[in-house]
Amino acid sequence: MNAMFAIIHRDLLLVMRRKSEVLTAVFFFVVVTSLFPLGIGADPALLKKIAPGVIWVAALLSTLLGLHRMFAADYQDGALEQLALSPQPMVLLVAGKIIAHWIVCGLPLVVLAPIIGIQFDLDADSLYVLMATLLLGTPVLSLLGSIGAALTLGLRGGSVLMSLLILPLYIPVLIFGAGAVYANSVGLNTSGHFSLLGALLILALAFVPWVSTAAVKIAIE
Amino acid sequence: MHAVLRFKPQPYMTANISPTSSNPAMALEARGLCCVRGERQLFAGLSLSLTAGHCLHVRGENGVGKTSLLRILTGLSKPESGEVRWNNEAISVDPIAYHRELLFLGHKDALKEDLTALENLQMYAALDDVALPDEKALAALWRFGLRGRENLPVNCLSAGQKRRVLMARMLTRQARLWILDEPFNALDLQAVQELQDLIGEHLSTGGLVVLTSHQVVSISNVQVLEL
Repeated sequence: MNAMFAIIHRDLLLVMRRKSEVLTAVFFFVVVTSLFPLGIGADPALLKKIAPGVIWVAALLSTLLGLHRMFAADYQDGALEQLALSPQPMVLLVAGKIIAHWIVCGLPLVVLAPIIGIQFDLDADSLYVLMATLLLGTPVLSLLGSIGAALTLGLRGGSVLMSLLILPLYIPVLIFGAGAVYANSVGLNTSGHFSLLGALLILALAFVPWVSTAAVKIAIE
Repeated sequence: MHAVLRFKPQPYMTANISPTSSNPAMALEARGLCCVRGERQLFAGLSLSLTAGHCLHVRGENGVGKTSLLRILTGLSKPESGEVRWNNEAISVDPIAYHRELLFLGHKDALKEDLTALENLQMYAALDDVALPDEKALAALWRFGLRGRENLPVNCLSAGQKRRVLMARMLTRQARLWILDEPFNALDLQAVQELQDLIGEHLSTGGLVVLTSHQVVSISNVQVLEL
């Protein structure tokens, strides 16, 4: 467990040293979601209706922007080999890297969501639901994305391939995440959506670290 | 060493264990290794054994499979056939226990460019489960001529200085078996001498070293393996 905290600490420290790379993804999220109200015009009813979808799609794409960094730098400078040779279960280290990715690329989206939501004229209730769906959904995005990042290690044009591999897997998260906010805004019960998002998160937590570890091991062999 | 004494209390075993260790159990052994890269077979039927206090110098032309052999010995790649054994047990049985004893330094320095030399050492110590107080890390860096540069990001260091950071890591890692791929690259004459001294110290305390190098290595207890 100490090793997992060590790797999270290391990755966060690296991010602090090179802020621009990370801020790109968050900045992308803010800009894209701010451009929609500007482009569509001041029609509160329409904005309210498209808000969940727009915010969730922007969250998917901005997560994707930061994904390639998850393993690629460590692969290139040989650090990934050293991690594989450290006396720790590799799956803990991979899990640590996924957590660090979520803290950097997922958590800011959850925090920023209410501010973005105001631009779409969402009421307080919807904002809470939006934040909750992002809180449950963005870890799934980071987890699933790690599979793509690990599988495309060392490939040329890997990031295009990764988008093709990963975006289809993101669809359930998008449907239930955006669906919950929409359902709430029209007065339906959202517990079904939340249960499914929670189930996706638990499933991903249970399996994805092992899958990504296997993919990383293949890449460094 | 004490664990061995406790679990195997036969008098004849305890008799020949000295502090500087010629413990027969501490050994790296490979049997019938075969390595294939793509369509080409690099080597086949390769066996070696190395006991505590000895250094194996792997030599051969470029592309003959030195790095592949080293990677197989670390367990990073699997041999086509054959097996690698550490302390009379195949390394695939308990890789974590094997990795606890192993330090591998490859072509790439694996140092994070944005972290300082000191942070790199501490980060690897945490990952390798080695206790490394600040003063010990600093002393290791100072020993290899990095005094005053310990808080510079590694991307401000020259290639040779990065290798010196790795030498500090070798000193602080507390591993029994060092597997070093071209450790003398990019080092100046003095650093080559320092590294040879470091390897000599490691051997004299019962360590094992496997290295590749195109240079003549002046270390005692060297066995040469020509690929």
